[in-house]
Amino acid sequence: MPIPSPFHERTAPLCHSYRWKEWAGHLAVCSYDTTIDREYFAFRQSAGLLDASPLIKYDVRGKDAGAFLSRLSVRPVDALKVGRAVYTCWTDDRGHVIDDGTIARLDDDHYRVTTGDPELWWLERNRRGYEVTIEDTTQQIAVLALQGPNSRAILQACSDADLGSLGYFGLTQTKLDDHDVLISRTGYTGDLGYEVWIDAPKALPLWDAITSAGKPYGIEPAGLDALDVTRIEAGYLLLGIDYLSAPRCLLASQKSNPYEIGLGWMVRLDREPFIGQAALREAKASGSPWSFVGLDISWPALEELCSRFSVPPALPAHAWRCSIPIYDRHRQIGYATSGTWSPTLKQNLALATIATDHAAVGTEVDIEVTVEHERHTVPATVVDRPFFDPPRRRS
Amino acid sequence: MAHYDAIIIGGGHNGLTCAAYLARAGRRVLVLERRHVLGGAAVTEEIYPGFKYSVCSYVVSLLRPEIIRELKLPRFGLEILPLDCSFLPLPDGRSLARWGDAERTRAEISKFSAKDAETTPQFGRAMVQMGQLVRPILEMVPPRPDSWNPAQLLELLQLGRRFQGVGKEGLALATKMMTMSAADFLDEWFESDLLKAPMSVSGIIGTYQGVRSPGTAYVLLHHYMGEIDGAFRAWGFAKGGTGAISNAIADSARHFGAEIRTEAPILRVRLKNGRADGVVLENGDEISASAVISGVDPHRTFLKMVGEEHLDPDFVRRIRRFKLRGSSGKVNLALDRAPSFTCRPGDGPHIRGDIAIAPSIDYLERAYDQAKYGAFSERPYLNVVIPSLTDPSVAPPGKHVMSCFVQYAPYKLKGGPETWPEHREAFGDAVVDTLAEYIPDIREIILHRQVLSPWDLEQEFGLTEGNIFHGELSLEQLFFLRPTADWSRYRTPIGRLWLCGSGAHPGGGIMGAPGLLAAREMLRTGAV
Repeated sequence: MPIPSPFHERTAPLCHSYRWKEWAGHLAVCSYDTTIDREYFAFRQSAGLLDASPLIKYDVRGKDAGAFLSRLSVRPVDALKVGRAVYTCWTDDRGHVIDDGTIARLDDDHYRVTTGDPELWWLERNRRGYEVTIEDTTQQIAVLALQGPNSRAILQACSDADLGSLGYFGLTQTKLDDHDVLISRTGYTGDLGYEVWIDAPKALPLWDAITSAGKPYGIEPAGLDALDVTRIEAGYLLLGIDYLSAPRCLLASQKSNPYEIGLGWMVRLDREPFIGQAALREAKASGSPWSFVGLDISWPALEELCSRFSVPPALPAHAWRCSIPIYDRHRQIGYATSGTWSPTLKQNLALATIATDHAAVGTEVDIEVTVEHERHTVPATVVDRPFFDPPRRRS
Repeated sequence: MAHYDAIIIGGGHNGLTCAAYLARAGRRVLVLERRHVLGGAAVTEEIYPGFKYSVCSYVVSLLRPEIIRELKLPRFGLEILPLDCSFLPLPDGRSLARWGDAERTRAEISKFSAKDAETTPQFGRAMVQMGQLVRPILEMVPPRPDSWNPAQLLELLQLGRRFQGVGKEGLALATKMMTMSAADFLDEWFESDLLKAPMSVSGIIGTYQGVRSPGTAYVLLHHYMGEIDGAFRAWGFAKGGTGAISNAIADSARHFGAEIRTEAPILRVRLKNGRADGVVLENGDEISASAVISGVDPHRTFLKMVGEEHLDPDFVRRIRRFKLRGSSGKVNLALDRAPSFTCRPGDGPHIRGDIAIAPSIDYLERAYDQAKYGAFSERPYLNVVIPSLTDPSVAPPGKHVMSCFVQYAPYKLKGGPETWPEHREAFGDAVVDTLAEYIPDIREIILHRQVLSPWDLEQEFGLTEGNIFHGELSLEQLFFLRPTADWSRYRTPIGRLWLCGSGAHPGGGIMGAPGLLAAREMLRTGAV
């Protein structure tokens, strides 16, 4: 039975579509409307308010917290300044990625880790020798993601924080309408955006304060379906969809190292030992056979193909998540794992894992499409990620 | 003196599109715009502090997706926001909202007619079929039906095949669309006036005809095309107003190397041995170019900028007969808060799309009756949008801009078009009075009002007779008949003078197609 979020009393009456899904054991709104447009465009044009409470959170405290998390993460966090967060991933000793998420330093000896899947077992297994406590705070802390160009103005209108000086991946403890909150300049939309963290019992007043401050700025409650479109536009990968967590794989071929899923840039090899270091050093030296890329699927070609069947191109109304073969002429060279029509870019986008020798930006590949029950291919071009990268994303 | 491969007259969205494509092909291009801002009728201006009006055109429906892609417009700031709802308030407290969500729409229409509710998707499918038929036409340079040129014959043949492909029923439907009035055509499908009235208005927008005038059914399709392109989601508001579209195209053109000058009004096209070889500006400057491309309407191009003395009398006669007859005006309002309709109070999603004041077919026809005899409609058809609800960047927080497209406002008022300034405010009052029947406190929340009559559209934006499409979109003025039968392929009787504006095929609206097709044709034939 999925657990309702602390905001359920507010989100449930707004969810006219009755479309919910399970997110890490919690109940989450797919979309409030039966269509996602209003919510998507709130993220990109005004501000979308997403209940992100199901996000798995572990609070790691103790004098060794920094060293402990640095040993787990491919990117060191012991030098992280208080009030800063990083996006990182962690691997098993073979260098295969277990999960990705953020690590924030709330205080000298206090970090917060967010993950896609429950990873307490991994934290617990590796804590030996470190003076730390690990607490799963998923249920205790409610989170609202406020994302979109107006998010700063809205939070500024209802909190004491100086958000103008809060940089990308910065965080600040502040008061929002008399409640103690943590605001972080983070998100999963690739836009200007914040996440607001509060003790779960105070969730409802937080929702009310933000929505009323947001009214003049066009705030809209938004669900996971709209979020999925924005995260693909931002080129962010998703655990369980674009790659699999190594300990949950049946086959070795299903596992990936950070270089294969486009996270190689975050690996810091030359430092104190960390889990997977030796394997990653080797992987880096030998080069990875697979690469994670963005694809721009040719719309004119799809139109042309569909016109042969006298039908207009039809695309799903949401982002899709399934494995679609990618070819170099007739030889399969990879697979797309998620994709979407980008309403902002007017492009048909996909995220794909393909053979590294076809992964250079500008390379033309073919992707499978089904038209009138027949399988065909249309050309797609490897392009830079993020697909959509407004300057405000990092502002 | 600098020499250009091409000079483009007018920095409207078509002129800019043409410039961008030519520059992209490596040509040296100069765009000359008379006003201080770019965009022509696709322009955003802060007429009242803090409020950005899309002064003239207010929604995008048909902007060609290939233009968005090829000119990389999103990279240059273009963002299109969808219009999810078509809302019809009625003075008696009833209302109808049609949504992107088919089931929701069915439920709404069922309140008035269960039969119509079920017919609506069937009608939609028929329109998709018709749209598939017509859409390629928007993407082609019109072939000459009298030509024996094999390439053009082939194009005609392919077009014919398409019509054959839709079968007997499709052909019958197409014929009906091309001959019937919008009201009659819809009568064949629907029984409820509540559905027919707001649907029929797409047939008359920008024309000096009524919903019961034959031939208006075809224009319905033009409107539907925008929705058919649904997958492209090209129907909606431009973030920052329609001027943002022009600015994105302009930035793309500059990126490709085009030069753009504002406040550079052109006096005339300079001719040498009967061919265009540059332009003369109002300040006396002369600029040479291998080709001159006019983005302004055919009337202004030929009769003002070239001059009758340089044209065949027969051609002049045809240009004079090209129907402009502006029939609409625009009222832009700055509002202190979101309006609340008596029939559906509050600022819910129903007012975020387009709102039609078109309570019945009779109402619309009555509005036309007055216009026929040279008066503006006391109770006009209004197409209202409040873009600030979706795009808060165009108004201060909590405040809103309301754009009202108003029909009918005939250019030729009884006392002559020049008497419009005397009637302008009365016309604005008629619009506000009409709105007040649906939004009783509208007068209290208006902070500023801008009224544009067809006369103003002509004076300020250079739209001859205030025609928003550079010429009516009636069948006899479309495709290989636009602007005239012999000159529909962007060429003109004057050598090296080309057309790229809405007066050329496929016509008006923020489509960009004339600009794109003109550029393509010029490049293909080596004219630049």
